[in-house]
Amino acid sequence: MPTTLKDQAAIVGIGETEYSKNSGRSELSLASEACAAAISDAGLTPADIDGMTTFTMDNSDEIEVARAVGVKDLTFFSRTPHGGGAAIGVMHQAAMAVATGSAKAVVVYRALNGRSGSRYSEGVSGGPTTSDLIHWSWYMPSGLMTPASWVAMYTQRYMHDYGCTGEDLAEVCLSQRDHAVKNPRAFFYEKPLTFEEHQSARPIVEPLRLYDCCQETDGGAACVVVSPEMARELPHAPAMIRAVAQGAAGDQESMTSFYRPSLSDLPEMDLVAKQCWAISGLGPDDVDAAVMYDAFSSNVLFQLESFGFCEKGRAKDFVRDGNLRLGGRLPSNTHGGQLSEAYLHGMNGVNEGVRLIRGTSSSQPDKNEHVLVTAGVGVPTSGMVLGQG
Amino acid sequence: MALAGKAREDFEKKLKPYVGIGIGVEDVGRNPVNQAMIRQWCEAMGDELGVYTDAAAAAVSTHEGIVAPPTMLQAWILGGVAMAGGEDDPRDKQKELHRLFDEHGFTGVVATNTEQKYLRYLRPGDEVRAATQIESISEQKATGLGVGYFINTRTLFYDQDDAEVGSLTFRVLKFETEDRPSASEGEGSSAIPGKPQRIKPVLGHDNEWWWQCVEKGELAIQKCSSCGVLRHPPRPMCGECQSTDWEFIFSTGRGTINSYVVIHYPEVPGYTYPLVVAVVDLEEGTRFVSNVVDVDPAEVEIGMSVQASIEHVDDEMKLPVFRRA
Repeated sequence: MPTTLKDQAAIVGIGETEYSKNSGRSELSLASEACAAAISDAGLTPADIDGMTTFTMDNSDEIEVARAVGVKDLTFFSRTPHGGGAAIGVMHQAAMAVATGSAKAVVVYRALNGRSGSRYSEGVSGGPTTSDLIHWSWYMPSGLMTPASWVAMYTQRYMHDYGCTGEDLAEVCLSQRDHAVKNPRAFFYEKPLTFEEHQSARPIVEPLRLYDCCQETDGGAACVVVSPEMARELPHAPAMIRAVAQGAAGDQESMTSFYRPSLSDLPEMDLVAKQCWAISGLGPDDVDAAVMYDAFSSNVLFQLESFGFCEKGRAKDFVRDGNLRLGGRLPSNTHGGQLSEAYLHGMNGVNEGVRLIRGTSSSQPDKNEHVLVTAGVGVPTSGMVLGQG
Repeated sequence: MALAGKAREDFEKKLKPYVGIGIGVEDVGRNPVNQAMIRQWCEAMGDELGVYTDAAAAAVSTHEGIVAPPTMLQAWILGGVAMAGGEDDPRDKQKELHRLFDEHGFTGVVATNTEQKYLRYLRPGDEVRAATQIESISEQKATGLGVGYFINTRTLFYDQDDAEVGSLTFRVLKFETEDRPSASEGEGSSAIPGKPQRIKPVLGHDNEWWWQCVEKGELAIQKCSSCGVLRHPPRPMCGECQSTDWEFIFSTGRGTINSYVVIHYPEVPGYTYPLVVAVVDLEEGTRFVSNVVDVDPAEVEIGMSVQASIEHVDDEMKLPVFRRA
């Protein structure tokens, strides 16, 4: 029995700060600017906002952002855990809040000084005893403590099982870079990448090389979610949330689910996909473009299979046939993704999903009836299908 | 581990007699207040006020002559270079107190704040001495640096006529440092202070027993006492039958590589790179993640047979690691 969330909420405003390697300002400042921009883009004022939601990993408290932006009374606020897995989990929260009337207009935001501040590439380390640190304690002593190392572990097994190579990963990176080259917000704007550069780049954690890994970015991104009725009164054509869902699958760990029968599967994303199709009544054939979470290039291959764009193990062929590019079957990460635009923990992907529906992407595909947007890979995660209003 | 229970009570009892006493030694200025030191201080600080260095300007000021900058108060009694080396004065109760903290594992020290009060300007020729009292020792505090205690001292400064010229309060934190050998290693630890070590596991109810097995040289696997299912990593309840009764077996350490990575970046202090980490299917049916050692990373492959052995991976930690079988 699918949830009743189909078309109960719409994204009506998006906003972001500049993306940089050194913002020179606080995360609260980034969050506030992104939220204010999203509210303004929606044609609303801060006083219209009565809900806020973000990631547990965000350092800027909802009430602090609200005060800075001039948002007054809040009737809904919440947080979603598991890093990038929260990227659409926050949209799920916003959609549920709007659908139930817990809030009329929810701002979703994420801001981080991911390069000049705390860098995720530095990995996990010690601290006070929590169940989270007990979990990492199975990996810290042997040195398996960075996101690249955890994702490389699945990637190695996947490549072994399905004959996928570094050349297949390269096509994910190159297609996205070609999109970033046309996107002025992107770190790699007007900076192309060649196949040779990808293949000769230094290894970070084998089998992943430098350009298989996302950037680390300072910046903020936000969007505004309201009811479809309210959306009709606002300036932009709404991006309807056709379906939105979360998923944590059996024997789940955060990034290190190494104890399931197969390391080549992504059951939590399979669970999200199943719900997205059931709620929306759509299937992979109905989707025209996608924003697929890409902290690492191999993430994209796993997800193409989870959502049924190709058979299990065939993502490498799907990719090699140019299907992620404009003119291909599923133009993907048209902003450049987190590999080549910016790493905003997936929130920049939400905004790109909205641009795709609006028809304003810097790499806009011809068809844009439905767009898939996904969240973190290897963690309890989430996904949504956006559609025309 | 921070001192707790009886050990903490005993330790804090030993601290009590130090509170409120003078430290037993006085600091006496080795030279009277003098123009040369004042000039050097002012140059270092960029303080160009004439009353400190210009005799003519000073003469017509309200001071009617050269005075020393008040902030130099403590400078007049510091021990200089000799202070940093040499033996502690055995009469010095402050040093004795610090040694007591050191002996109980609170080896770290950091000055946290100081306040000075000035009663009159010092002039060239004044002779300064200082007497220090230990005012208070805080309760045990958990700080960002570690668990420790704050020690507050007050120093009164006197001139040649025994008149008070100023005072200073000083607060230091004595804290437990990360470098302290773990309790399980005890006195026999060969750790070289400051040498980077691997990141240790954080221990709690549900995993401490497993690491104790490693200390004894065993790779343990948790087993449900009710339905017999093996599980790793350890958990407080059986996911199959919800029993909270459990025991453990010891693995043979024989297994096969399910997947592996070769880590090049970032290089974390305490580890050697390139570093191979593998998910190993143990023959008992559970998996275990650890290093594969003594093999060229290029030769590691999925399906390779490996054997675990429990070894010191640095000066402080034992870990089951795998070798090609």
